[in-house]
Amino acid sequence: MVRTGLAQKALELKGITKEFGAVKALQGVSFSIHKGEVVALLGDNGAGKSTLVRCIAGLHAPDQGEIHVNEQQVTIRTPQDARDHGIETVFQDLAMIPDFDIASNLFLNREMLSKNPILRWFGWLDQQGMRKRARKSLNRLNSRLPDFSAKVSTLSGGQRQAVAIARAVNWGADLVIMDEPTAALGVEQSAQVNELIKLISSQGVAVLLISHNMQHVLETCDRAVVLYQGRSVADVAVSDVSKEDLVALITGAKVAA
Amino acid sequence: MSGLLLMRVPLRQLLLRKEAYIYYIFLLVLVLFAVLLHDTAFLSFDNFMNIIRQTTPITVMAVALSFALAVGHIDLSIGAVVAVSALVSALLLQSFGISVAVCGALAVGLLVGLANGLLTEKLQVSSLLITLGSMSVLAGFARQLTNLESVPIINQDFNFIFGGGDLLGIPVLLLWTLGIAALGYLVLNKLRFGRHLLAVGGSPNAARAMGIQLQRTRVYALMISACGAALAGLLYAGRLQGARYTLGEADLLTVIAAVAIGGTSLFGGRACIVGAVLGSWLMGMINNGLILSGFSTNEQMVARGVILILAVAIGVKESKNG
Repeated sequence: MVRTGLAQKALELKGITKEFGAVKALQGVSFSIHKGEVVALLGDNGAGKSTLVRCIAGLHAPDQGEIHVNEQQVTIRTPQDARDHGIETVFQDLAMIPDFDIASNLFLNREMLSKNPILRWFGWLDQQGMRKRARKSLNRLNSRLPDFSAKVSTLSGGQRQAVAIARAVNWGADLVIMDEPTAALGVEQSAQVNELIKLISSQGVAVLLISHNMQHVLETCDRAVVLYQGRSVADVAVSDVSKEDLVALITGAKVAA
Repeated sequence: MSGLLLMRVPLRQLLLRKEAYIYYIFLLVLVLFAVLLHDTAFLSFDNFMNIIRQTTPITVMAVALSFALAVGHIDLSIGAVVAVSALVSALLLQSFGISVAVCGALAVGLLVGLANGLLTEKLQVSSLLITLGSMSVLAGFARQLTNLESVPIINQDFNFIFGGGDLLGIPVLLLWTLGIAALGYLVLNKLRFGRHLLAVGGSPNAARAMGIQLQRTRVYALMISACGAALAGLLYAGRLQGARYTLGEADLLTVIAAVAIGGTSLFGGRACIVGAVLGSWLMGMINNGLILSGFSTNEQMVARGVILILAVAIGVKESKNG
């Protein structure tokens, strides 16, 4: 199944490099993602996937290369920069505060404040408003959560994943990066995440999916970009390749035409 | 307990919470002393008021330290800040008014906190070591400042506001305790700033990924902690009508015990202000009970040490379970 992406590029990377001392983690990675497209970022352990994600999310600064968002070059130095440019990331560790409840995590660093101007000046939180909005946005993603005042540490892996994804898509992001979103999930929950990815891409959001699960990639993605030893070695339409082809590209056994 | 009502926490919920053991320990010690000391003045309103008033600086320091602990830091310099702040205010009162003295003392706190914070963050060294160092620097400075002399305070308004005053029959020191506790509670639980402090302590990586500035937040926390200690210095100076380099010297472990037993995690991310206040009152009550029991000073020291270790052990165990 190929969905034709809209013409505009949500993200374009040009020659991204990153070195840690003698380790050349990224040596010129280039590819682009169109709006509404789901692109898989594949590669073996140590191929540079996580480093690349951290560069786009503002946790690392690339040494060289350009990042374009919505066809405009941007500089991303901090996680806040990335968020300001409409890039949201679902990190592998989900980046949750275990002791906070669902709404507090959903609104972390984007809290709704009291409407009273004096209280607002002090940064007084509108906790009820945040709970209400949290309920709405999680319901929209069809995830059933028992209790919105529950601490995140008491939720199951799938529920936590749903909260993390809801947080990423809650802010009208143009690009959502998901780092191994189904690694910790069971079959049914993985299917739910797949549905979620389809849902948000149908709304025009570009998705960059890091996954080791080839079945998952074939089911949900339009294209696959393969990293090998810090270089982007292949950029293929998923419909043109088989699972075996992808594995061969990842392991370096095959070089893309 | 009017502080509890103010916070509109249902009592049932309060008693069933994980941190609730502080209430039971509090009651247990209360009953224990009440039985053992039934023929003394322990179980009297006046004695309890006395305990609360004497404990006020400890309570304020406990609330302040909760902020440092919330972000995952510790502040060992609070005891020494108390002495310097008290001396600075007493010296300033010799030639200036109350406002200058208070501002001077609080400025000491803010500057020490800023220095602690910047050194910890820029050098990437544990706050334990940095504040251990600044504790020694400040303790030496306090001794140097007046050559070990104590400084009397004759400004009666100052002594009223920070010490023996009564407002509508309520001791000023009780008002300070409740006011600071309420302020601490509101900041940590109701304001965005407080939630960010707890987020930074709870999971630094997650907080950073969500765009919260870790270093700046942690520096603010250490500034609040030292500034609270400076206020405790003023409260000591007001009650004792004078300042001395020994003020606050022996309080550090008491404060840590009060905070730890009150349910605040010593590893960051969880702070319970109500628990810190009750914990400090518990320490004050134990102190008072030991004196009334007629233990010698040496025996009191030993008993206090044992109780402190027990308190910290319980607190640490509970925060690890959480």
